Amino acid sequence: LLLCSVMKRVPRDRTLFVSSLARRLSSASGPGPKVCIVGGGPAGFYTAQHLLKARDDMVVDVYERLPVPFGLVRFGVAPDHPEVKNVINTFTQTAQHERCYFYGNVNVGTDVSVEELRKAYHAVVLSYGAEANRSMRVSGEGLAGVFSARDFVGWYNGLPSNKELQPHLNCETVVILGQGNVALDVARILLSPLDLLKKTDITQHALDTLAASRVRRVLIVGRRGPLQIACTIKEVREMINLPDTAADMLPADFESISEALKDLPRPRKRLTELMMKTVKTESGQHKANKSWGFRFLRSPLEVLPGPDGKRVAGIRLAVNKLEGSGEDAKAVPTGQTEDLECGMVISSIGYKSLPIDPCVPFDPRSAIVPNNMGRVKDTAGLYCSGWVKRGPTGVIATTMNDSFDTARMLLKDMDSGMLNLSVNKPGGQEITALLKERGVRAVSFPEWEKINLEEVRRGTAVGKPREKFLDVKDMLAVAWS
Amino acid sequence: MGYSEAVSQLSSLTVNQTGSRALLFYVVCVCVCVCVCVFSSSGCKVLLHFVNQSGMKTSVSAMEGESLLEVVINKNLQIDGFGACEGTLACSTCHLIFEDGVYEKMEPMADEEMDMLDLAYGLTKLSRLGCQVTVERWMDGMTVRVPQEVKDRREKPEAEI
Repeated sequence: LLLCSVMKRVPRDRTLFVSSLARRLSSASGPGPKVCIVGGGPAGFYTAQHLLKARDDMVVDVYERLPVPFGLVRFGVAPDHPEVKNVINTFTQTAQHERCYFYGNVNVGTDVSVEELRKAYHAVVLSYGAEANRSMRVSGEGLAGVFSARDFVGWYNGLPSNKELQPHLNCETVVILGQGNVALDVARILLSPLDLLKKTDITQHALDTLAASRVRRVLIVGRRGPLQIACTIKEVREMINLPDTAADMLPADFESISEALKDLPRPRKRLTELMMKTVKTESGQHKANKSWGFRFLRSPLEVLPGPDGKRVAGIRLAVNKLEGSGEDAKAVPTGQTEDLECGMVISSIGYKSLPIDPCVPFDPRSAIVPNNMGRVKDTAGLYCSGWVKRGPTGVIATTMNDSFDTARMLLKDMDSGMLNLSVNKPGGQEITALLKERGVRAVSFPEWEKINLEEVRRGTAVGKPREKFLDVKDMLAVAWS
Repeated sequence: MGYSEAVSQLSSLTVNQTGSRALLFYVVCVCVCVCVCVFSSSGCKVLLHFVNQSGMKTSVSAMEGESLLEVVINKNLQIDGFGACEGTLACSTCHLIFEDGVYEKMEPMADEEMDMLDLAYGLTKLSRLGCQVTVERWMDGMTVRVPQEVKDRREKPEAEI
């Protein structure tokens, strides 16, 4: 298997091939440090990148549950933000490094335990991110037409577990709870012209659903005020620039804001000024076909069903006031409520990590693995990076810096002897043998590249960068063909 | 007429005073330099100093017209995670901090750059995104730096603006 995967990468020059093969075989079984990374998304790859660069005897194995790598860069970043996905190029370079091995289609926690990984490697880094979502915890959350943003985004981005979502977009108004960049991505995809979307890597079934969409109005609702909004200015500009779509803001929401402007740091100030400018220019303008708007100081109380009792017809919101100011201001209910009519509710109030394995400490309150700057608490040789370490916020660059920090900590522990490198560890050889016994076959990086090529080929035929496979079994069929 | 003929014509002009001869010599030198820069296929070289996250300084000879992101990549400067989005204004990882006198002479930032820069770690009043800054001759000798490593991550530097 190893020989085949190396041969796929064979350079034309035979002597290079032979020496590269020799180097791979020797480092894979050699005495250098072996690190295992759980999760093949940005955190995993940036951690791997830093480790590989730091020591030329280091071997890094990346385990990923799906046959395909890159995590939220593939399944989270909006289809109309292809430049953000350029990081895939650097991840690909890392995966193709001669001392890096990718094992896709391996579920850590069920196919192999974290304990088994810790025995086989000098160190294990948990970088498996946040696959669940925070719940609104209000009644009616289970009604038809209520989705988490995580599922909705997974649906239009081709995440296999969301392919059956089938959201019906045959209503006029959608209410989104939460005002972070994910909420704005969802709003933008709901209101973007199809002509633009069909040139992206958005899934075909999402395109078909959006083509039949009756959605004309999207309200993006937050608990606190304009000065606490979590989204960033680029995404707000994109909403403002949506063709044939008016911004529907309430001037009253911005009345007391102007005094606070001058003391704000520049990023917050510019974002607030942009929102205020939008209120001014849009008031009194002729109506466009579609609209979007922010609604502030509102928290969900109950999702209201329609006459059949099964599908959402509206949402009851608590009216809040702010206590304190700035980033730490708290939303406090006033006792008043407000009902909004809508045919779909999308809750975008945060992703959430899940525990992976009983032997790994997990804090259910904060939903992260308890750690001290990347070192998992009370568990030698175990580290974490990315959202499972810090919580599910931040852009790719945030995760990048965080992953470098964890890698630095790990390297420090290697240098100080806290991680005992004098013991030889079997690494991937032992795990591959275990997986074989259990009938689990991994997908190597060259095998992912076959899936990649096929997706690009299918996409090119319809004028898209790629047409993603929605089924794991289809991915595997191509990988192992 | 070719430039060498122009130069020889200039130098054969009769002049009355020593000062005028010196001025003429200066003008000739400038013309030669301009011609070398204009006609040479490699453009003008500009000396730049980069200070990375550990405080290590590297001096490189950059090409006029390159972006600072291209300089970092082409010269293989050891700056962790620089230019993640490959110069498409979709991240802030090519964030560079300039010297006071240099910053004010640079072309002002477009909104698009400022939007992404505002998300950068360790933002300062002298910050720019390297992918949006082009090397120009007057930058010869300037020093740019990336935000310094923080030993204890709990003390993340707040944006200074």
